Formats: sequence, C-alpha cells, structure tokens
Amino acid sequence: MRTLAAILLTVLAAVGGPAGANEAVPTAQDPVAAKRSVELARKLRCLVCQNQSIAESSAELAVDLRRQINEQIAAGRTDAEIVGFMTDRYGDFVLYQPPLKVTTVLLWAGPGLLLLLAVLVLRRALRQQAETPAPVPLTGDERARATRLLREEAAAGRDAAR
Amino acid sequence: MSRFLLPFGVFLVLLGFLFVGLKLNPREVPSPLIGKPVPEFTLPQLHEPAKAFSPQSMRGRVWLLNVWASWCVSCRDEHPLLVDFAKNHQVAIVGLNYKDKPDDAQAWLAQLGDPYTLSVSDLEGRVGIDFGVYGVPETFVIDKQGVIRYKQIGAVTVDALQGKILPLIRELDQG
Amino acid sequence: MIPEIGQLALILALLLAIVQGTLPLLGAQRGIRAWMALSRPLAAGQFLFVAIAFLCLAWSFLTSDFSVLNVVNNSNSRLPAHYRIAASWGSHEGSILLWVLMLSLWMQAVSVFSRSLPREVLARVLSVMGLVSVGFLLFLLLTSNPFERLSPPAAEGNDLNPLLQDPGMVAHPPMLYMGYVGFSVAFAFAIAALLGGRLDATWARWSRPWTTAAWCFLTLGILIGSWWAYNELGWGGWWFWDPVENASFMPWLVGTALVHSLAVTEKRGAFRRWTVLLAICAFSLSLLGTFLVRSGVLTSVHAFATDPERGLFILVFLAIVIGGALLLFALRAPQVSGGGRFESISRESFLLANNVLLIVAAGSVLLGTLYPLVLDALSGGQTKISVGPPYFEAVFVPLMSPMVFLMGIGPVARWKQATLPELWTLLRWAFATSLVAAVLVPLVTGGGSWGLRLGLFLAFWILAATVVNIRERIRNFRGAVHERLAMQPRAWWGMILAHLGVAVFIAGVTVVGTYETERDVRMAVGDTVEMGGHVFRFDGTTEATGPNYRAARGTVTVLRDGREVLTLHPEKRTYNASGMAMTEAAISTGVLGDLYVSLGEPIDAQSWSVRVYHKPLVTWIWSGCVLMALGGLLALTDRRYRLRSTRQQRAAAVISPA
Repeated sequence: MRTLAAILLTVLAAVGGPAGANEAVPTAQDPVAAKRSVELARKLRCLVCQNQSIAESSAELAVDLRRQINEQIAAGRTDAEIVGFMTDRYGDFVLYQPPLKVTTVLLWAGPGLLLLLAVLVLRRALRQQAETPAPVPLTGDERARATRLLREEAAAGRDAAR
Repeated sequence: MSRFLLPFGVFLVLLGFLFVGLKLNPREVPSPLIGKPVPEFTLPQLHEPAKAFSPQSMRGRVWLLNVWASWCVSCRDEHPLLVDFAKNHQVAIVGLNYKDKPDDAQAWLAQLGDPYTLSVSDLEGRVGIDFGVYGVPETFVIDKQGVIRYKQIGAVTVDALQGKILPLIRELDQG
Repeated sequence: MIPEIGQLALILALLLAIVQGTLPLLGAQRGIRAWMALSRPLAAGQFLFVAIAFLCLAWSFLTSDFSVLNVVNNSNSRLPAHYRIAASWGSHEGSILLWVLMLSLWMQAVSVFSRSLPREVLARVLSVMGLVSVGFLLFLLLTSNPFERLSPPAAEGNDLNPLLQDPGMVAHPPMLYMGYVGFSVAFAFAIAALLGGRLDATWARWSRPWTTAAWCFLTLGILIGSWWAYNELGWGGWWFWDPVENASFMPWLVGTALVHSLAVTEKRGAFRRWTVLLAICAFSLSLLGTFLVRSGVLTSVHAFATDPERGLFILVFLAIVIGGALLLFALRAPQVSGGGRFESISRESFLLANNVLLIVAAGSVLLGTLYPLVLDALSGGQTKISVGPPYFEAVFVPLMSPMVFLMGIGPVARWKQATLPELWTLLRWAFATSLVAAVLVPLVTGGGSWGLRLGLFLAFWILAATVVNIRERIRNFRGAVHERLAMQPRAWWGMILAHLGVAVFIAGVTVVGTYETERDVRMAVGDTVEMGGHVFRFDGTTEATGPNYRAARGTVTVLRDGREVLTLHPEKRTYNASGMAMTEAAISTGVLGDLYVSLGEPIDAQSWSVRVYHKPLVTWIWSGCVLMALGGLLALTDRRYRLRSTRQQRAAAVISPA
C-alpha cells in the first residue's frame, strides 16, 4: 500500500514536475470544498493542543482530522454530518460554538440577561437622577468669590506656563 | 446596603467556582463513547499482518483495548503495570498500536514484554479517530455485549487499576 | 552570589512592603503624621530593592548562569542577548517579578508626582499598594522563587520556548503588566477614598491621569500581543478569544468604562459610586487574569506552566484583596451621595449607557471564558465544553454596535440636559453620509454582507460625528480655523484621536474580515499563485542557520504586472535545544494590506505546501489601537495635569458646596 502510494507520488511528481512557471496546485482540488473545509476546521477544537482549532494546529491529530474533513466533504457529506462525526467521537468539547442545550442555556442567554438587568438598573438610575432636586443656585456673593478665585487661578496658570 | 453587597456576592460565587476549578483537569475530556457499542473495525495483527482482527470476535468476553505506540513516552510508564496485570488476570488485552512503525512496535514489545493477547496495527490512526483517541495511551473497558464501559485517559495507574478498572471487570464478568 | 543578592533584595522589599502596608494606613486613620510620612521613603526603598532583584535576575540570564534553575529552564547560551533579557520575564517566576517591579514603579511614580495630595490620601494610597505588593512578594518568595539554585549547575539551558523568541516578547509583557498593574493606582485611590469617606470630584481628578496612563499601557500591551500572534503563530489571525487574551481584554473593557466615568465624576460629580466600583473591578479583573494564566484552571496557548498550589495562593490573595475591597464598598457606598444632577438625555446619560454596555460586554467575555470551568465544576468533570470565537463574535458584535453608535452622539451632547431634536439636527448629515457610504462602498468593492455594511457604517459614523464635534467645538471661538483648533485643550484632542482610533480599528476589522483571501497550495520551484493582484512565485528553499536554530528558508518572489516587486523569505525553523519546529511567516506590510506567506510542510524533494494570504487593511487594526493609546497620552499631557494649584481646589470647593 505504502510503496504503491510512493510510486504514484513519484509518477505524479514526474508528470507535473517543474518545467517552467506552473500555476501552483491547490492542496485541495476544489476551491469551494477547500473553503468549506477550512471553515469547518476553524470551528473545531484540537484536543491535544492547548487551545487551537484544528485548522490552526500542526499537531498530528489535527492533520488527521483535517484529512477526515476533506475526505468526508469529497464523499458528499453535509457540514452537519461532519460535525456530528466529530462530536460522536470527541463530544461537545470539540465544538468552539457550544450547541444550545440545557447545560448551555445560561451561556447563550447570559449576555442578554446581563443587558436586560443593566438596562433596568440604568433606567432606575436615570429616573432617580431626574428626581433629585436641582442644586441651590449660588448666591451673588458666592458667585463673585468663585469668579475671583477662578480668575486668580487662571492668572497663576499663565505664570506657571511661562 | 443590600444592593451594594451584590458585587461582593457575585465575587463569592465566582471564587467558589475557581476554587473547585483548581482541582479539575481541563485537559481530560470525557468520552461520549461510554455506553455505546465499540466501533467496528478490521485491522491486521501486529505480529501476523496476514491475520485480521475485529472486535466482533471478542463477543461474550470482557476485554481491554489499550492504545499504545513505541514513540509514546507515558506508555513506558504504564507498561510494567499492564505486563503485571496480564500475568495475574485472565482478561484479554488487545493492543491498538497507534500510528507506529510495526518494526519499532515489535522491537519495543520484545524489549519490554508483551502483555497483549494480540496487537493490531492502526498505521494511519483511523481506528484511533473512531475511538476518539486524542492522546496515547488510552484504555477502554469493553463488556460482553461489546459496549464500552470505561475509558482511562492517559497512563493506567495503580489507583485506576485497583480502584476502577478491576472492580468494573469483576462486575461485568458477573453479568 | 548575584542570585543571592537578588533574593535578599526581595526579602528586604517584602519587609518594607509590610511596614508600608500597615503603618501609614494606621497613621492616616489615627492622624499620626510621622507614620503617614513613612509612606514615601518606604515606597522609594521598595522600588530600589525590587529593581535590584530584577537586575540580578536579568544579569543571571544575560550571563547564562546555569546554576539558577529558572535560567536553565528558560534560556540557552546560544540565545541572542535581547531574548536572554526578555527570557527573564518569560517564565512564571520572572513574570511575577516583573509584575512586582511594575507595581513598585507605579508606587514610586505616585509618590513623586502626587506630592500635592493631602497627607492622609497619599498615605492611604501608598499603603494599599504596599499591601498588594506584600501579597505578590510573598507569592514570589514562598511559591515561585526566581533565584532557586540548581546543584550541580547544568552545562546548558533548555532554551526559551521558540514561540516566545519574537520581538513581541521584548515589549509585550512589560507593556501589558504596566497596564494591569497601573490599575492598582486607581484601585488604591478608590480604596483610600472609601476609607477616608471622601468620594468627590477631587478624588476623581486625582486618579484620572493615573487611570488614563494605565489604560494607554494596557492598550499598547494588548495591541503588541495581537501583532505578535499575527506574526508568530503563522496562520495570520490577530485575535483568538483565547482565555488568556480575554483575561487582558476584560480589564481593558472595564478600564475604558472607568476612564469615561471618571471624566463624568470629575466634571459633574455624578456616578460616584459607580466609578469607585469600576476602579475596584478593573484591578480585580487584572488580578483574576493573573490567576487564570497561572493556575491551570483553563487551557490556553499562552498559559504558563501551571501549578495548583500556586493557583491556591493567588486565589486566597484574590479573596482577600477583591473580597475586602468589595466589602468595603458595600459598607461605604450607601453614605455616598448621588452627585450632580442630569436629565435622561444628556452627555452624562450617554456616557452612562456606554459604560453599561462596556460592562455588559466585559461580563459576557467573563461568562464565556469561565463557563466551561463552571460547567465542569457543577458536573463533577463529566461535562466539558469549549467556548470559542464563534460564541464571542456572536455576543460581542450586538453589544458593541450600539456602544459605538452612542460614541458618536455622546461627545456632541450637552452636559446636564440635551434634547433629541437638537441632537438630530446636529448629526443628521453625519448619519446620512455614513449610511450612504456603508451602502455604496460594498457596491464598488464587491461582495457585501450585512456585517460589512454594519462595520463600515459604524466606522464612517464615528468619523462623521467627530467632524461634527470638531466643528461645534470651535464655533464659539474667534480666529482662523487653525488657531481655533490650537486653542482646544489636549485632553479634548486626546478624546478625538482615541475615538478616531476606534473608527480606524473597526474599518480594519471589517475589511480584513470580509476581503481577506487565503490559498493553501502546493508549490514546486517556479510555481506561481495569484492573489490580490499579485503573482507569487516560489523560488525554492535554502538551508539557513540562525544563532540557535536551523531553518529551511524559502524564497517567494512577488510580481505585479510581470515585474518583480519584492522578495519574501518565509522560514520553517527547527530550534536546536528543544527540537521544536516553528513557522516564521514572511509579511510585507502595507497601508492598504499585507501579503503574508508561510511555509507549511515539505511535500517531497521539490515542493512545499505554502499558505499565501492577502489581508487588506489588516494594519489598520493595530493602527487604530495606536491612535487610541496616543489619544490617551495626549490627554495626559493636558495643561491642567501639569499645574495643580490649591487655588483650583478652593475654587471648586466654593462652586460645588457638597
């Protein structure tokens, strides 16, 4: 089997060998399939790696799983079937987008709930704000004193800047 | 006062989870195959490549499937345990030689002892994928009906063997 | 000898920190001046000793002292000098030492630049920072001694992880830690204010420049980290929503909210409790990030070698610092008055709304990051899930889009009271222009998802609203346009610049997300592949030798209209000490887009698998972040921070008799 593959490769290499400026051969023959394959691989987590998708990882298992994806796409399987193939073997852990289940309801609803809570708190805060009495306006004396102080301050500022 | 305690409360809950989290191993992913029939496959045997092996032939027996390779470092750690286990128990251990060179694998067994009833060669690792193997070694306990009952991720340890695998095998043997 | 000096210096620093964390604080509570006066010399002493310790460690690395375990594990005699220095913060131990160094640096800075602070406040601030320092120094000395000796010494080191051998490693951790730790200043000011019972506009004014400074560093740190991942990981991504990235992003989001709410508290006296809570949260999230990266509770590409014992130590530390702070908040917050009054449509309310959205976003990132852990814990290890980019993108875009939209309105809205008709009159042209641009641009450039239109709209919207803002701002001044522009304070210009940075960032993210192209091809010598108007020709590989690695060095010639325009050299390196293989992508950076080539695996004697990417506007992502950080820096140089007179405070006290 292996020798056969080796022979085939040599023949292929000889046929398609570099004779000039050839258009490079895509590693996957069909660009649409290749795109699908990469998109699928991006959504799947490589189990042996620290935290990488199997599209990104160069670990052997990731290479094998990419090959699986390519073969299954070639065999006409749908994305859902391929993802199912992975979860049947490795569990939901391989999915970077966790499916909506009882256990993940809070995960998916969480941001919405947080937002709702925040909006309620915000509304209350704004209403309270609007109800707080306006501050007592400054008396003429106070205003004059403040203006004087501010003017002094501005003068000092100019000095310092000089 | 009470509403100002809310951030503190949230933090306490978080702290609790982080504390529990310290004891968990995020790398150990439970297998969805537990309770499912063992995946079907036919692979050549390591020592006699002309002969094939299929899990079908193990029906009616409780057996272990141990995934190993000569390039795998922690396989060396668990190997003496397996050799010992094979000597003292009548349970079949099938070795799934995962992505290995058969010559290397045979040499490895010749040197360290062969606990396996037989080993099969999974050269390209496809059967490994069907078993959801993601790190070698892994060990599966399979019952008489051909259902996977337990998976040991990583090297088999004395604790795992005495505490889980052996009691499980005894229980399955009764049934 | 040198490592022992370092260790001794750490012990001395710890002793000083213990005194600093207690006496000035007690002094401030009881009004004992002599005790309060200790805080500044103690901070200086601590800085001195921590700096000595750090230099000792750097020296051990630089001279490859393989009798130090840390050096053996993370360095190599063949490692280039700048990476040997960077390796001193490449390990867990060294990075904690860097943390402490940054903390003592910030303490020293507060002590130098805040002389005009009331005695009690300065004493409390430095004391709180001293207490944080005690925790980290204890952590270093008890669980993570960077100077641990190895006997007998090793002949050679194991080398720094090849992933870390990148210019990013030299700049990223110091910047990031300056940001993380910088929030400790805002935290300390908040705690000091809670302890002193004075939570007013002056408090906000004091802590504002510190917060802005920390925020700038954090922005730069994250951006360098992202740029580093883009360069080094070899597949051209720039953000992965990895737990460790999230750990730095959450304090950034909360810090951004804090910078804005501090502005309101300072200018209008409003949001006092909220601002204090944010200051506590920003630093708490920094600490949480430190925990997540080092405890092993989450898996990440960037995590340190982990150790549950260390994790437990940090967790206890977290419990004390954060728990204590939040309890103090719960005790003192009810006594704080609401502050300045404003209507439900006003600049205050827009800022508050955006604050809330930023916090909800940070909360969602926290939820997504910790959910796998929570589920794992609740199910006793039986349910493991992964939460990755698809989740975060799905959650983040809907939350950030309204935030960015409000960002256009807030700065032109009036304080206290604004009206919608008035805002509409001001902004309708900006709104229409950006809407039209968002529809037209995709027609010209081709393609066009709703995501693209949304992104373009938001980018144009900020740009247009900023133009309106500038026009409105200078309308009431006299003189030529450039004079009127020059009259505006730098703080305001900082805001403009930072907001424009967000527009540039969004444009970059949107365009690269929509129009990037990638080809994975098999190339023999002479083969070509076309992409983004360029033809890439593979001219083979040669053997190359680096200081501590061997490499297959590819030559890829890029042609445009048949002419050779540039040559790229992607490498596949194998590092000698670890045997680790690394892909070193070759990138040609341009304003309009990057060309990115990385070598995959050799397929046979003649050919390689090669990945070629065209990434339009990708540099805009980082340029946008640089603009944000520059905006912050510009605001920091504002005149009012350079002169702070007591007169100003007196004037403020008269105007708002609170």
